[in-house]
Amino acid sequence: MTNFERFLDTFFNGKVMLKYLPDILSGMVVTIELAVLIVLSGLAAGLALALIRSLAIRPLNWLIIFIVDLFRSLPPLVIIVLMYFGLPYGGVSPSGFVSTWLSLALVLMAFSEEIFWAGITSVHKGQWEASRSTGLSFGQTLMNVVLPQALRLTIPPLTNRTIAITKGTALGTVVAVTEILGEASSAVSNSYNPSPLMMGAAAYLVLFLPVVVLARRLETKFAWKR
Amino acid sequence: MTPQPIVDARAIHKHFGTLHVLKGVDLKVAERELVFVIGPSGSGKSTLLRCLNRLEEPSSGSIMVDGIDMLDPRTDINHARQRIGMVFQSFNLYPHMTALGNVTLALRKVAGKSRAEADQLGHAALERVGLADRADHTPGQLSGGQQQRVAIARSIALEPRVMLFDEPTSALDPELVGSVLEVMRSLRESGMTMIVVSHEMGFARNAADRVVFMDDGLIVEQGPPAAIFETPTHERTRAFIGQIQRH
Repeated sequence: MTNFERFLDTFFNGKVMLKYLPDILSGMVVTIELAVLIVLSGLAAGLALALIRSLAIRPLNWLIIFIVDLFRSLPPLVIIVLMYFGLPYGGVSPSGFVSTWLSLALVLMAFSEEIFWAGITSVHKGQWEASRSTGLSFGQTLMNVVLPQALRLTIPPLTNRTIAITKGTALGTVVAVTEILGEASSAVSNSYNPSPLMMGAAAYLVLFLPVVVLARRLETKFAWKR
Repeated sequence: MTPQPIVDARAIHKHFGTLHVLKGVDLKVAERELVFVIGPSGSGKSTLLRCLNRLEEPSSGSIMVDGIDMLDPRTDINHARQRIGMVFQSFNLYPHMTALGNVTLALRKVAGKSRAEADQLGHAALERVGLADRADHTPGQLSGGQQQRVAIARSIALEPRVMLFDEPTSALDPELVGSVLEVMRSLRESGMTMIVVSHEMGFARNAADRVVFMDDGLIVEQGPPAAIFETPTHERTRAFIGQIQRH
């Protein structure tokens, strides 16, 4: 056996890969479910917080800033662990799946709130004034004039952050979520061979490369000339 | 002056923190009148204009526009603002919408017109500013002069009773100023009441009924353009007129 053959036998072992392919595929399904839930709920909550913040109600804004800063500073793993192992003492026992989902959604909420907020504040004051001077209310101006412009500005940082946080679904392994990495590492320990890990890596590529490409398309599509 | 002014602002004071920007300004404007407000930068003329539709909240005073008490908390300010068009130095068109979209937004959202009705009124307004063929262009595809005319169309589409112009030509290249002044002239001929903050002295001379000179938060003197430009009575007015005419 040459070195290269040994390398292939270790990392890309056909027999092992075939055996654990179904596990990796079911891991992919779990990862996709988690990712979709995190993105939808995290972005919706982040946008909601940014909109509430634009109302400029001071005590409410302090609360929002506190929550946002908290979830931006805590490592996601810590939040997952606290939720999974800590909440049961409070009488709620979320599953590993739910803990991972909620934790990462909270983190995405925090980061996306900051991004949405930055987008809203970066829209020129004159836009507000022009709209208000024609009789549109605060809310109408926000929804029709300011938000459409703010969202375009936020697409690049938002997609970056969304992808980064969604990859954090791999942290679910510590609370026994059977997503891609979880399936891959148990397959590695069962087969004494790291090939499933390579399949896991490939699965992440298959999932996230299209998302990255789509994000790039979105950025170009929504860029407009001033 | 006619007995019933359409704009009646009395004793307007405005403080920005420790800065006293308006120090008790009275301004009455008759229907169909074109009033020009001039004065050095920082004299409070833009602030006065912005108080009239309450984009700036006056610290004290009273403002009646077309019989509506603008400072009464019970006044529906969004409804009142439909009657007061405003044109800004920096156009402030919505960059994500076409010219027609800019003009029809308030028609649909505030005046409650259907999309078809709003589009029809929007096209008519664009026609009045000579931009009927630019309805589908976005602001980025229009020159500064065209953008400002779309901004004027956005206001007049709502059929306001009064139009406020805040330095409408200051951000324009010199060769584009004429087209905007042309539109303002035709508005004036149609009988629109207009209050214009601007340094277009030629236009003021030809078109204005009255020129108001402001300095340091007060109206120093006012009168017909010829009187203000040729025979100002106050030293400060003389100095200011002298300065701008030297250019």
